[in-house]
Amino acid sequence: MFTVNPTATLRLGLWVALSIVIMTMDHRYRYLDGARDVLATAIYPLQYLARLPGDARIWLTENLVGRGVLLEENAQLREKQVFLNAQLQKLTTLEAENRRLRSLLESAVNTPERVLIAELLAVDFDPYRHHILLNRGRQHGIYVGEPVLDQHGIVGQIVRADPFTATAILITDPNHALPIQIDRTGVRTLALGTGNFQELELPHVPNNEDVKVGDLLVTSGLGGRFPRGYPVGKVVKVEFDPGSPFAHIVARPLAALDRIREVMLLENESGVSEPSVPAMDGSLASPRPPP
Amino acid sequence: MSAPRPTGSGIMALSLLLAFLLSTIPLPGELDHFRPDWVAMVLIYWCMALPHRVGIGVGWLVGLLLDVARGALLGQYALALAVVAYLTLQTYRRVRVAPPWQQAFSILLFLSVEQLLVFWISGVIGYPPRDWWYLAPALGGMAMWPLLFVILRDVRRYFQVT
Repeated sequence: MFTVNPTATLRLGLWVALSIVIMTMDHRYRYLDGARDVLATAIYPLQYLARLPGDARIWLTENLVGRGVLLEENAQLREKQVFLNAQLQKLTTLEAENRRLRSLLESAVNTPERVLIAELLAVDFDPYRHHILLNRGRQHGIYVGEPVLDQHGIVGQIVRADPFTATAILITDPNHALPIQIDRTGVRTLALGTGNFQELELPHVPNNEDVKVGDLLVTSGLGGRFPRGYPVGKVVKVEFDPGSPFAHIVARPLAALDRIREVMLLENESGVSEPSVPAMDGSLASPRPPP
Repeated sequence: MSAPRPTGSGIMALSLLLAFLLSTIPLPGELDHFRPDWVAMVLIYWCMALPHRVGIGVGWLVGLLLDVARGALLGQYALALAVVAYLTLQTYRRVRVAPPWQQAFSILLFLSVEQLLVFWISGVIGYPPRDWWYLAPALGGMAMWPLLFVILRDVRRYFQVT
C-alpha cells in the first residue's frame, strides 16, 4: 500500500503532452474554436448563476427605494431629457447639413451605426489580461472586431464571439493598440494599453509636437476597426525628455473601464460600406486602405 | 472494503461546481488579489481523500473547464491542475496525516506551482506577469485551507463517500 504509484508519472506525462498539443493548436492555428464553443455553451449556466447574487443586490436596491427619491430622480431625468432634446434638434439639422456638404465633396457619408446594448457577465478573468465577458454572442449578431463603448468613450473590441457570450479586449490591455487622433491639433498616433485601467500610453509623438495636459483623444478611424471621432481619453501627463526623440505622454481613458456594467456594441457599417462608395464613380476614386 | 462501490460522485461534482461559482463571483477591491483558486483546492482535497478515484485525468478535465470559464488558452489550467493532482497523488500519504494547519503549507506549495505554471504559459504567449502579486492567490488558498478541509471532510463523512 505504501509504494509510489509508478504509472502516475507516465500518465502525467501523457496529459501534459496533450495540454501542450492543445495549447499550440489553440494559440497558433485556432482549430479548437468549435470545441471551445461547445464548452462555453455548457458553462454558460454556471456563469449566469455566478451573476445572480450581484443581480439580486442591484434588483433590491432598485426596488426598495423610497417614493420621494424616485420622484426627485424622475424630475431630474425629465429636466435632462428636455435639455438633451433641445440639443438633439440642433444636431439633426447639423447632421443633415453635414450630409449635404459631404455629398457635395463626394466623400463617403458616415452612415448611422446599429447599436446593441450588452451587459457584463460579472466574471473575473486573469487579472493581468483586461478581457471582459459580455452576455451577447453570435446569436445576437456580434462579430469579432466589433467596437465596444460605453456612454463616455471607447471601451475595447470583441476578440471572441461564442454562441451566447462574447469576449472583449479593453483598450488598456497590454496587447491592445488603438489608432487615435488628438482632437485639438489632429496629431495622429496610437494609444497603447498598459495593463493599468487608468493609463494609456501614446508612443512616437515627437518632442516638438503640440500636446497639452487635458487634450481630448478621439479615434482616428484608421485601421478600419473603430469609427472615426469617438472620444477615447484625456491627456494627463506630458513629459519632455531632452535625451529622447519622443515625448512621454500618458492619457486616462474616459470610459470607466473597471466599473462598467453595460456596454454598447456598434455594428460598424461605415467601415464596411465606405470602400464601396468610391467604387461607384470609378476612376475618381482615391486609393483606399484595404478593408 | 473488499468490493468498494463508488458512491458520491454527485457530491464531488457538486463541490467542484460550488468551487467554480466561488471563483467567478466578484469580490471587492483588494481582496480580489488574494482570491484562492477554490477549484484547485477542492481538487486537491478529493485527490487526497480518495486517491483511487480522483487523479490526474479528473484534474485535467476540470482544468479544461476552468480554461473556458476564464477565457484562458485551452489547456493552460488543464496542464496546471494535472500537475497539482500529480503532486497530491505522490504525497498524500505524508500530507493527509498532518493536522489541517500543517497541511496548509503543502497546499501553499501546490498552489504556488499551479500559479507558476499558469503564468509561465501566459508569459510564453505574451502576457508576462508584471509583479509578484500573482502568487497572492496561493497565500489566500493557504489561509482558507483548514476551513475548506474541515467542511469537505464533514461532507464526505456525512454522505459516506468512499
